[in-house]
Amino acid sequence: MSKQYETVIGLEVHVELATKTKIFCGCSTAFGAEPNTQTCPVCTGMPGSLPVLNKQVLEYAIAVGLATNCDITRYAKFDRKNYFYPDNPQNYQISQLYLPICRNGGVEIETEQGGKKVVGIHEIHMEEDAGKLIHDEWEDCSLVDYNRSGVPLIEIVSEPDMRSAAEVIAYLEKLRLVIQYLGASDCKLQEGSMRADVNLSVREVGAKEFGTRTEMKNLNSFKAITRAIEGETERQIDLIEAGKSVVQETRRWDDAKGESYAMRSKEDAQDYRYFPDPDLTPIRVSEKMLQEIRARQPEFRTEKMARYREAFAIPDYDIEIITGEKPLADLFEAAVALGAQPKKASNWIMGETLRLMKERDVDASDLRFSPENLTKLIALTDTRQINSSVAKEVFEVMFEENVDPEQYVEEKGLKIAGDEGALKKTVEEVIAANPQSVEDYRNGKEKAIGFLVGQTMKAMKGKADPGAVNRMLKELL
Amino acid sequence: MNGKDEEKNYMNIVEMTATQLAAAIRTGETTAVEATEAVLARIEEEDKKYNCYVTVDRDGALAQAKKVQAQIETGDLTGPLAGVPVAVKDNICTEGLLTTCSSRILHNFVPTYTAEAVKNLHKAGAVILGKTNMDEFAMGSTTETSAYGPTKNPRNTAHVPGGSSGGSAAAVAAGECIYAIGSDTGGSIRQPASYCGVVGMKPTYGTVSRYGLIAYGSSLDQIGPLTKDVTDCAAVLAALASHDPKDSTSVSREDTDFSTALTEDVKGLRIGIPNDYLGEGLNDEVRTAVLQAADVLKEKGAVVERFDLSLVEYAIPAYYTIAAAEASSNLERFDGIKYGYRTEAYAGLHNMYKKSRSEGFGEEVKRRIMLGSFVLSSGYYDAYYLKALKVKALIKKAFDEAFAKYDLILGPVAPTTAPKLGESLSDPIQMYLGDIYTIAVNLAGLPGISVPCGQDDRGLPIGLQLIGDCFQEKKLLRVAYTYEQHGKKF
Repeated sequence: MSKQYETVIGLEVHVELATKTKIFCGCSTAFGAEPNTQTCPVCTGMPGSLPVLNKQVLEYAIAVGLATNCDITRYAKFDRKNYFYPDNPQNYQISQLYLPICRNGGVEIETEQGGKKVVGIHEIHMEEDAGKLIHDEWEDCSLVDYNRSGVPLIEIVSEPDMRSAAEVIAYLEKLRLVIQYLGASDCKLQEGSMRADVNLSVREVGAKEFGTRTEMKNLNSFKAITRAIEGETERQIDLIEAGKSVVQETRRWDDAKGESYAMRSKEDAQDYRYFPDPDLTPIRVSEKMLQEIRARQPEFRTEKMARYREAFAIPDYDIEIITGEKPLADLFEAAVALGAQPKKASNWIMGETLRLMKERDVDASDLRFSPENLTKLIALTDTRQINSSVAKEVFEVMFEENVDPEQYVEEKGLKIAGDEGALKKTVEEVIAANPQSVEDYRNGKEKAIGFLVGQTMKAMKGKADPGAVNRMLKELL
Repeated sequence: MNGKDEEKNYMNIVEMTATQLAAAIRTGETTAVEATEAVLARIEEEDKKYNCYVTVDRDGALAQAKKVQAQIETGDLTGPLAGVPVAVKDNICTEGLLTTCSSRILHNFVPTYTAEAVKNLHKAGAVILGKTNMDEFAMGSTTETSAYGPTKNPRNTAHVPGGSSGGSAAAVAAGECIYAIGSDTGGSIRQPASYCGVVGMKPTYGTVSRYGLIAYGSSLDQIGPLTKDVTDCAAVLAALASHDPKDSTSVSREDTDFSTALTEDVKGLRIGIPNDYLGEGLNDEVRTAVLQAADVLKEKGAVVERFDLSLVEYAIPAYYTIAAAEASSNLERFDGIKYGYRTEAYAGLHNMYKKSRSEGFGEEVKRRIMLGSFVLSSGYYDAYYLKALKVKALIKKAFDEAFAKYDLILGPVAPTTAPKLGESLSDPIQMYLGDIYTIAVNLAGLPGISVPCGQDDRGLPIGLQLIGDCFQEKKLLRVAYTYEQHGKKF
């Protein structure tokens, strides 16, 4: 490759909003219900039904817009995007084309070189999700589940400002955190509550014009996005090097095969015949509404990190990890508020919590144990009622079942025996049973006491404080 | 009661107005059940001639009548329409009762819910007789585009009843219901009312909920009454009007006690007659009847003047652009997938869409879907659709200026009386031009009423149209009522 190329990337990110009800009707958005049980005349496109905007959707969209430095459109509208497909019960999707709710924003990301750059946001618009098609291969037919139909989405359209997969991931992480902090969505790529389509072109370094771009769909993880960007960059460069040209088209990424294939080209592109939806009145965003939403904006990550540095004596690395997932930060703060020592709460999160999350593939938003129980567990170790290995054992159970550690320890008899007499008796027995080690210790072999502590702990079935055993041994020897 | 007496009683009932009949039921002279039976008997007898109904819900109506009668007797229902049988246009959803829009594509469609307007009628103690014939999806001015055959004008069965609410208007005129409801997108209540010699009103946009009205042109559609007189019109409109949170375009109004407007008082009222509404194309007999009606109001103390409204000639192209655009999108949901007609044999999804829709929709509907798809398509949107929206805004402005000078506007409803069956469909453009006096009202969202004001030499009715500013229904009703009391009787 003689020439130097640069990749130009823009993203279209769909985020499913965490409202309880759908965007244009009162049906529940809850996940996992029986097919077509969360539907009504509106979200199944029955004749004569009419949409009414869920105000929470508008408020979330504006909140995301404010957090990403967008201008909020004070007179916005919904438009109909017309196309025929069975998952789309009206055969038009209610979306925004002409007057989207947010425009001209941007977020700052860190580049691979450690510098900072702003990725521009062209617009954010609100729209409804489609239903789900289920292809029954045995019956040779397709079925439609309209539970998803009308679930609210926002689409965040970036400017073509990214130049590498790493920048794309940094941008997506930034969006994910902002939206998660707002509580507007849990932003899970795997589950589809955050979906990114990648628009990508390549050009020679220094060229002013953009190359012909393709749009890549079906990217379900950060890894898939990275691989798809690398693969598509290579494919386009190969085409150009071979003297061929890139075709403007939509491509579907197959992550298992590590390659993409063309879905439809620009020539096949449908004319969506967008026009303002006459069933919905224009949205007028009042100054009062803007102020209220502004006032409700939460502390975002940067502010939170600064506050943690100020308030808690925990390492920067811990702060970065904990604030990197809103649920972890919430857990940490709640535990501290309940009286846990920050360093200890942080240790439990950074250690056992992250270990088990990774081992058992649990998302931070799906953690089951309460901050109350974590705080109790910390108190049990602080007061030396259980030792650290018992604490880890209890934590594992808590991680799965959110048990109350006090009760659990009590029921399972895991408390350190506080009875000095019993401990003294056991220690005496261990001394009597291990003359060689006693001899070694007395001859100055400090290590030998470790063996004796271990034997005592074993005899006590772990329910002793190793420190106390150590002291007792030294005393008696 | 012997058979003869029964027949006599039935004759009286079907001649009554809604408010008269409700009063008779209240005082125990008759009952809701008797009234329903009387009207059903009339339908049985006459509808083969006129074809007003797509569906007659005999059992449902009788069951409802019994229920309503019981509520009247316990005093739970006391309104001015309690117990009175009504006909509902077949594009308004009724739970459990076939709703076809007079289209093949909805030949088997039974809604799972009831339109808000019909719910309001239920609250008023109405008895739903069935669903009336119409132009397919309300597209047409004659009720000839129905997939279930044309409705005939009860005044002369060689003529159309008008449309698209032709079945509703004809049913009222033929005594096949006591009153009816229809929908008006470009004149679809007022024009058939005029052709059939009944009263029809299109309320201010947003006054009656559109929830459950199968949309044609969403920004123009309004449900309204077709009645035997202005008194009924006021009572029915009062029952229909409500603020409905399920319809974003629904308006919250305090002034829905429309019957209080029924007074004879037009003294000093300023009435404007647009010269544009008296120009070329207007039939002489219609012109004469309308101007005579204006004279009646003048005699009663109104100030009547001619003026230039302007832009009237642009209303038709703007209307057909906007209504067709909205219709092309509104009618996309009829695809054979979820309900309605699906073609028998097809090769794949796309072919199924194509065949189901080609076979399910009639000519006029397909014409408007194509027109609407064209004006919204990329490259033409600005030139057609956006331009039409601008014309719409200018027409609204022209009316605003007119209403700065006049309390209301008076003119004909249609350029002619009812044409003969088969005359209009051969020339759609000519048919579209027949909407010239009614469609500007829809574009501007205004209320308009059609009141009988004469007949031509063949005995076909002529309608007088009164147009008010937004929310001025009471003024319209007052003037219409005054005219009704003093104009010629037909």
